[in-house]
Amino acid sequence: MKLFKIFFILAFILNSFSTSFAEKNDQLTIKISKNLRCVICQGQSIYDSQSEFAVSMKLLIKKKIEQGLSENEIYEFLIDKYGEWIVYDTGFNKNTFILWALPVLLFFLGGAIILKKLVFRKN
Amino acid sequence: MLANHIGHYSLIMGLLTSILIFFLSLKSYKLKIIDKRIFSISFLQLFFVLVSFASLVICFVISDFSNETVFNNSHSNKPILYKISGTWGNHEGSLLLWLLVLVLFLFLFLINSKNELKRYRILTITFQQVIIIGFFLFVLITSNPFNYLFPRPNEGLGLNPILQDPALAIHPPILYVGYVGSSLIFSATLAAVIENYISKDWAKNIKTWILISWIFLTIGIMVGSIWAYYELGWGGFWFWDPVENVSLMPWICLTALLHCVLVLEKRELLKSWTIILSIATFTLSMCGTFLVRSGILNSVHTFANDPSRGLFILCFLFFLITISLIIFFVYNNEKQKNFKKIYFFSKEVSILVNNWFLMYFLSVVFIGTLYPIFLEVLVENKISVGPPFYIKLIVPFLIFFLIFMSIGPNLKWIKETNVKNKIQLIIFFFISLLVSLLIYKNIGETNLINIFLIAASFYLFIVTIRDLFSKESYNFSKKISHFGFSLLILSILLNAILSSEKIINLKVGEKFTFKNEKIFFKSIENNQKENYKSVIGHFTIQDDKNNIFLFKPELRIYDQPLVVTSEADIKTTLLKDKFLVMNAIKGNEYFNVRYQVKPFMIWIWISTLLLAIGGFLSLYKRVHEK
Amino acid sequence: MKNKILIILLLFFLSFCFFVLFKSLQSSSIYVPEKEEDRKLSEFVSEDLFTKKKITSSEIFQGSDYYILNIWASWCAPCREEHPQLMELSKNPSIKLIGLNYKDDPKKAKNFLEKLGNPFSITITDKSGIVSIEFGGYGIPETFLINKDKKIIKTFIGNLTDDSVNQINSIIK
Repeated sequence: MKLFKIFFILAFILNSFSTSFAEKNDQLTIKISKNLRCVICQGQSIYDSQSEFAVSMKLLIKKKIEQGLSENEIYEFLIDKYGEWIVYDTGFNKNTFILWALPVLLFFLGGAIILKKLVFRKN
Repeated sequence: MLANHIGHYSLIMGLLTSILIFFLSLKSYKLKIIDKRIFSISFLQLFFVLVSFASLVICFVISDFSNETVFNNSHSNKPILYKISGTWGNHEGSLLLWLLVLVLFLFLFLINSKNELKRYRILTITFQQVIIIGFFLFVLITSNPFNYLFPRPNEGLGLNPILQDPALAIHPPILYVGYVGSSLIFSATLAAVIENYISKDWAKNIKTWILISWIFLTIGIMVGSIWAYYELGWGGFWFWDPVENVSLMPWICLTALLHCVLVLEKRELLKSWTIILSIATFTLSMCGTFLVRSGILNSVHTFANDPSRGLFILCFLFFLITISLIIFFVYNNEKQKNFKKIYFFSKEVSILVNNWFLMYFLSVVFIGTLYPIFLEVLVENKISVGPPFYIKLIVPFLIFFLIFMSIGPNLKWIKETNVKNKIQLIIFFFISLLVSLLIYKNIGETNLINIFLIAASFYLFIVTIRDLFSKESYNFSKKISHFGFSLLILSILLNAILSSEKIINLKVGEKFTFKNEKIFFKSIENNQKENYKSVIGHFTIQDDKNNIFLFKPELRIYDQPLVVTSEADIKTTLLKDKFLVMNAIKGNEYFNVRYQVKPFMIWIWISTLLLAIGGFLSLYKRVHEK
Repeated sequence: MKNKILIILLLFFLSFCFFVLFKSLQSSSIYVPEKEEDRKLSEFVSEDLFTKKKITSSEIFQGSDYYILNIWASWCAPCREEHPQLMELSKNPSIKLIGLNYKDDPKKAKNFLEKLGNPFSITITDKSGIVSIEFGGYGIPETFLINKDKKIIKTFIGNLTDDSVNQINSIIK
């Protein structure tokens, strides 16, 4: 009886686990497709685009997730095929460090100028 | 035919009057008087451009395909509303509209500035005419809307169907008033710099123009977003697309200017900074025109790519920048003669902080938009800068910005000796932290930055509500706008976090469940409309209380030109939008169905409206006080 | 003095921006995927158009020095135009031609090949469009030249012309 109960609970957990697993895959597909740029309608993401290419791409992403590839592996796979351009989230590398650092540098520069003016005036 | 010629010639006449006014105003400047003829000629100029614009509208309405612009962008069986809005739905027509607004603004300035310094008025006219002449030349040389086609084609090529939409019919004119309004701020600033008139009075006067620009820009961006929400996007309303960024940049800059000019008005501080911001705002508007019109950007909102147009605006843009820089460095001499004390706890410092953050946000958007262009030219490497970049760089700073914004506006000018209600502020802060923790517990996500972001926006929300009902300060317009902003941030945030969706392939008769709702694809209905074929899907959605809603998303197959668009069906309530859209799958009876529940969607629009209403109240008060 | 340096720096910066934007005006903003040379093929499974049997990529790419994979469909007009070029290439014994039938109705596809002649030694189907993405294809028609080591050495976007046939022949020599 106890064994049966445990089995029942286990089955229940496993069951809920598997449905949430499918749900998770769906969410991951959406997340990845939002971060990919469509090569056909070039201003849109794969998620927003309804071109044939985007429809196929969504299927491919799903398949790759089911094959057990991680998010980053899928990006790498697609970058290898289509170039860095296809990913919206440009990582931090030798081509993009200026892109990421410049606004923050400007922020601190601005802060420094404001502080200097304030302190300078006080004296 | 006739309208076409009238339009063309009055455009040329407009250019001639422009040149005339330019020389007359130079002469008046030397003689230190105002030549009365300037007024009448300005009126004439407005008349000519108006006639020119009206004739283009007529060409569109009567579908005169001997006009190249009409031929390229219209079709005889298009509804009348879209024939009219088609006038500015294309490159040539939109530039004519731009020109019209430029001339109109100058005219309004002329009749509203009678009490100002003569030479300042004259110089403003001169600079504005330089801009006007530039655009006249641009329209006439590179993008003449009145090009004549012979033999006359029988039918036009049609307007892109996604542009055939009421929101998009009014979007460009509103946005243009905002954009072009900044040209007057630019001219007036340069004139004031030369005349050494950057002062309290000037700040008071220029603020009217800043407000007008700002209100229209705000509403224009909002209308564009609404359009993107129901027509273009699949439930999104802001894509960080380059063309959208380009409209956001002048808005941020203008917002900074709006605050900065207050300091100038009250304390005669930050003169140079006000000048720089005024110049930057118009430069950004021009820069936006360049980026959009040259086709240099890769965007959803594709426009025809013509390098000669791009080159013209580019040269003109750099000409204006150089001129304004020269004027700025030669004439502006804000010496340290006014040793006014600035205290750290004061309104002016808090406005400075506001400008500091706004400039940071501006630089993020600016660099993100232009970086790919630079990278491609310099290292021949193509990358995409998308939403993740903007979100990652803006969000952490936004948290601090929101906190400053809840404290700063309540500080006094010059020096705040005693920050009131300290305890209340602290209690508010803990309440909002608690609320954000609660929200996050319910969703089950644990992202530290998001918790703080919600807390900060909630904090600002509580504080602005308190201010809204407090009777201490009389500045109601500010309170409304600030409340609108806090509501905007909060609803965008909650919308982003709480949205949920399901994408599925369905055929007629199938159903699926999403959370506790049952969605059933009942049937399909085919109709032939005026200029498109429509396929309407009938869906029922049954929620857990057994209420049944009918959804009718539509597919439109336009034949001129052949384009398929999806019209989402959206049921809006105060708490959430339900969004259902479908799309055909090639060679298949299945439809790709996307169902989204988007909470607080309507509050995004309401809050943006509140922002604009605040601006409008302030404008009303200013005009009334005069 | 300080101002002068600032002005010079600003002017320098401005002309730099002008130069970059000017340069960028000359080139198209539309992105064409940069195809790296010598990309290795990824593994995939597909279905034969005629026998409807499952077939893996390693089975397809064996027994020849060079392979040409052509993405086509009966509904695509340029595919019709490039057909003579494909027929000509099929006469070359050192190339194995593989057709990738993209999102097509099998009946129409077979009809197409019966009418115009079948240049392919194997025709595989790609109903969902996934296989074509595995190759890095994005338009149709698109043609890949693949060598013995299963590396893509050349990609032709759009329909093949006589010129591209000559290019292929010169690479193979």
